[in-house]
Amino acid sequence: MTAVTAETGTNKHGSPAADEKDASAYAAAFDAAVAADERIEPRDWMPEAYRASLVRQIAQHAHSEIIGMQPESNWITRAPSLRRKAILMAKVQDEAGHGLYLYSAAETLGVSRDELLDKLHSGRQKYSSIFNYPTLTWADVGAIGWLVDGAAITNQVPLCRCSYGPYARAMVRVCKEESFHQRQGYELLLALSQGTPEQHAMAQDAVDRWWWPSLMMFGPPDDESSHSAQSMAWKIKRHSNDELRQRFVDICVPQAEALGLTLPDPDLRWNEERGHHDFGAIDWTEFWDVLKGNGPCNEQRLTQRRRAHEEGAWVRDAAAAYATKQHNNGEATA
Amino acid sequence: MTAHDWPLWEVFVRSRRGLSHTHAGSLHAPDAQMALRNARDLYTRRSEGVSIWVVPSTAVTASSPDEKDSFFEPAGDKPYRHPTFYEIPEGVKHL
Repeated sequence: MTAVTAETGTNKHGSPAADEKDASAYAAAFDAAVAADERIEPRDWMPEAYRASLVRQIAQHAHSEIIGMQPESNWITRAPSLRRKAILMAKVQDEAGHGLYLYSAAETLGVSRDELLDKLHSGRQKYSSIFNYPTLTWADVGAIGWLVDGAAITNQVPLCRCSYGPYARAMVRVCKEESFHQRQGYELLLALSQGTPEQHAMAQDAVDRWWWPSLMMFGPPDDESSHSAQSMAWKIKRHSNDELRQRFVDICVPQAEALGLTLPDPDLRWNEERGHHDFGAIDWTEFWDVLKGNGPCNEQRLTQRRRAHEEGAWVRDAAAAYATKQHNNGEATA
Repeated sequence: MTAHDWPLWEVFVRSRRGLSHTHAGSLHAPDAQMALRNARDLYTRRSEGVSIWVVPSTAVTASSPDEKDSFFEPAGDKPYRHPTFYEIPEGVKHL
């Protein structure tokens, strides 16, 4: 299906049908807009590689939001109080909303929603590896809010200034909503940490398991990141993976202290000279392995996602049939 | 229409009385009523609006970025439409 949005108009690829002689003028206008820190909008001419790179990144981001609903919704029915349950439901609903903002942004680039979901379901597009880890205890809900959402915020705040307008605007909404996610997680962990020795141990165990995967969320080291340099040149990305990872570590250390919990890294220490914390080596073998599909929950997440989609088919069909009937009735009486 | 081609709707939200509706984003829905409900759930979960419009995306006609210069050019050479164009002697008030 051809995606037609008001922003793209009826022109699927958003590129004006350029004469050969105009092509370099369009390219120059694009380069100038990026250089001047202006935003690229859907109907502007853009290099095909820029478009493809954005589709890949925004789709992966959208998929991560909706797959990310699964590990947390695992605990909705077992939340320890009505207050915690209402909070968790609101958070999971927000993740669905974030997915929808992002799918809409991707559609302005000329891809359809169905196409994106097909690619997720068939494994041709990825989602963040972090969601292939299981939520074993209630404390994991807290660790996800504090660390996983915290890492996501660190990644997403600079994306609010991304060169592609619709992506940047979606990120502004997402970031506003995300800060509640992080704070509820932190508060949850604090309650556990200050609770009984068993509750404290449960909080510490969750942090021990989520810390390293959270650091991996920033992606491979700069010298091994295949898309980074070009994305930075196009101002899709504003900071390198390692830069953002360092920023996150520096933010987390004092937060962990305030929680009364430790971070599971014997090499973690303040480096006066650098003005940053040094931290231990990340196990990238694990990262690549999970990315390839061998994490604890890869299979479960995709199976559940496909099942939800298939089992919702009758609802979508019924709504479509109803709309068609209303439309036909309207024409009959007109 | 099948479930695979639910049309796209553009969503406009009035954040409070006295302000105009502003474009918030887009969504898919089978009909206008469902589009309104989805828009409420998607764009006003934190009381961001007191009124919502949904418009089929296909009903929007947009100017082309391609003709940006010539289309908007007529306004470019008319600085006399701005109050700052005019020189008024110092000390003259209420102008």
